[in-house]
Amino acid sequence: MKTTLILGTLTAVGLTAGAAAAATLDDVKDRGKLNCGVTTGLVGFAAPDANGEWQGFDVAVCRAVAAAVLGDPMAVEFVPTTGKTRFTALASGEIDLLARNTTWTFSRDVDLKFEFVGINYYDGQGFMVPKALGVSSAKELDGATVCIQTGTTTELNLADFFRVNNINYEPVPIETNAEAQQQYLAGACDVYTTDASGLAATRAAFEDPSAHVILPEIISKEPLGPLVRHGDNDWGDIARWTLNALIAAEEYGITSANIDELANGTNNPEINRILGTEGNLGEMLGLDADWAKRAIKANGNYGEIFAKNIGESTPIGLSRGLNAQWTNGGLMYSPPFR
Amino acid sequence: MSDTHAQSVAFVRETAIPAAPPPSRERGPIKWMRDNLFSTWLNALLTLAAIYLVYQLAVFALPWILNGLWTTSSLSECRDILQGETGACFAVLTERWNQLLFGFKYPSAFYWRPGLAFILLFIAAAPVLFFDLPRKMLLFTGLYPFLAYWLIWGGPLLAPLTALIGVVAGYLVYARFVKDNFAKGLAAGVVAAVVVWIAGGYLTELLAPNRPILPAVQSRDMGGFMLNLILGTVCVSLSLPIGICLALGRQSNMPIIRIICVVFIEFIRGVPLITLLFVANVVLAYFLPPGTNFDLIIRVIIMITAFASAYIAEVIRGGLAALPKGQYEAGDSLGLDYPQAMRLIILPQALKISIPGIVNVAVGLFKDTTLVSVISMFDLVGMIRGPVLASTEWNGVYWELFSFAALLFFVVCYGISQYSQWLERRLATDHR
Repeated sequence: MKTTLILGTLTAVGLTAGAAAAATLDDVKDRGKLNCGVTTGLVGFAAPDANGEWQGFDVAVCRAVAAAVLGDPMAVEFVPTTGKTRFTALASGEIDLLARNTTWTFSRDVDLKFEFVGINYYDGQGFMVPKALGVSSAKELDGATVCIQTGTTTELNLADFFRVNNINYEPVPIETNAEAQQQYLAGACDVYTTDASGLAATRAAFEDPSAHVILPEIISKEPLGPLVRHGDNDWGDIARWTLNALIAAEEYGITSANIDELANGTNNPEINRILGTEGNLGEMLGLDADWAKRAIKANGNYGEIFAKNIGESTPIGLSRGLNAQWTNGGLMYSPPFR
Repeated sequence: MSDTHAQSVAFVRETAIPAAPPPSRERGPIKWMRDNLFSTWLNALLTLAAIYLVYQLAVFALPWILNGLWTTSSLSECRDILQGETGACFAVLTERWNQLLFGFKYPSAFYWRPGLAFILLFIAAAPVLFFDLPRKMLLFTGLYPFLAYWLIWGGPLLAPLTALIGVVAGYLVYARFVKDNFAKGLAAGVVAAVVVWIAGGYLTELLAPNRPILPAVQSRDMGGFMLNLILGTVCVSLSLPIGICLALGRQSNMPIIRIICVVFIEFIRGVPLITLLFVANVVLAYFLPPGTNFDLIIRVIIMITAFASAYIAEVIRGGLAALPKGQYEAGDSLGLDYPQAMRLIILPQALKISIPGIVNVAVGLFKDTTLVSVISMFDLVGMIRGPVLASTEWNGVYWELFSFAALLFFVVCYGISQYSQWLERRLATDHR
């Protein structure tokens, strides 16, 4: 009798705790701020500017979600996390959303109990070599010395790539990206390998970027995306569809410039549904009808965010590549808003 | 007799010859150089080698510093202006100095607050460091922690005031009861302080004005060198008394106290500081109920203090062990009880012996505060490695930033070490 009572109480406590933890949307609304995990600093993706305001490609996702949920893109409390602290911060509830160039992998999704809500950047491991080396393909790198960060997946990818192509290399293990930059410039290695976006950012910081080339081969898949905790699917939906709204907005030509005009109603029902003039998509999410309009207005659509933070006109100068819309031969593809 | 030769001597000197100056090679800079730089051929060789080294260093560094640019808006602009010549890009310091000193989130309108707290720190520390100063200044030292907290964190004035009143009440009650029994006094004092704090906590919440005189700044907004200084100052000043207690406890005759102290010291010394910091940041978040926001700075302060006090305890234990047994027996023979003997005879001597060790720990600890950058707190090094180097404008500026950080740390650490040498000379009572 007593045992059952105790067990029953425990179950009840567990259920209430689960229910309390589940309503992330209510927590965020009560708080009036979105707690968003970002990196402690990565060129183009997230870094505070001279006024202490966070800017960047990942930061824009946080701002869009805050705009959708709270109506104010500035209502974000950015919680800087390192590669080591990011998952605990999310799991412990310190942050509501992690937008920190995190690769979507099986074990992170399943074993660590997170839910990736989409992909905002398709990255992959690439190679950078000095132009003077006269190499045009990674397959010509037989016998090269390669600078590589230890303890990362890039190390394993590299070994795989060279084994598959039956060529030899000599690894030069290093600790951080900054150290790698120095080592590579000092000629300690012929090749530097890391994620292609990181290579571009690194190259952009060189005194003479044109003396170095990034080889065309991409040897791994690194889909980067924002993620939330398991257990609150409503909140996951909000994050997922905010990201999708940004991507779809580019596809349908909704920009921060013309959004007010389009919001008066158009003859494209999909645009109307996204902007809330038709249908009740916002209501289904537990938000108001204007949610996506505010999210897009915060930083512009996906293409505008890309161009402003990491695109070809910035010093980082990444081309769209895989991250172009599916209509332009890329992988950015939002499910229909219907 | 003397007249006989009076004519045969041509000249008799009647006054002393004025002292001639020493030969030129035996005076002035030449002598100094002969003595100190070229006394043997080996020394001469070493001197020449050293001069060559200094020259090379200057050739390398001087154009870099003198050509430095202070006003550009990005690294690429620096490079455009320099056109491949050697020159530093100090513009990153002119643009981001406030972030390096205060962190990127501390409101710039309030920079005067930590600045003032920093200046007052010297006034507060002076009577503790230089005991020739009037003892009345210690009153300000006692007030300083509360004042500094209020200045840096802001918020309602009542909060630090309550803390202060609690401490004062605790002390008064302690002083009232300590005559009977030390333990009784301590317990009563702690109880009184806690009662005041709890009551004051409620009162603060009730009376807190909507617009406090100094608007509150969140802990997570602290950063830059300010964070290093806060952590360093607080942790050193807390770990000294705790370290003394641990050292005495380890030598105690009471087994429970001795075992607790030994276990604490050995455990903390056996764990790297960075592990403790990860525990403070990551693991504690799992144990605390969701939603509790136990201030990260306080968590870090607790961990660093625990770490430093374990080391200081061992340093002081060394000082205690160095005292001859006769000193302890002298205390006993005078009829002093344990606290009196410790306070009047043992500790003054043991602490004096331990000064170099304590300063060593303090300097090391101050530099170790940069480790908090790995748990994503933006201290000086964290600011450099994170936000500043990750900005599109300044990605790639290393030497300028890290030299600046090194300079700041060097000034503080060199100051501490100079003070400790002065203190040792001042306290030297032995006859050498």
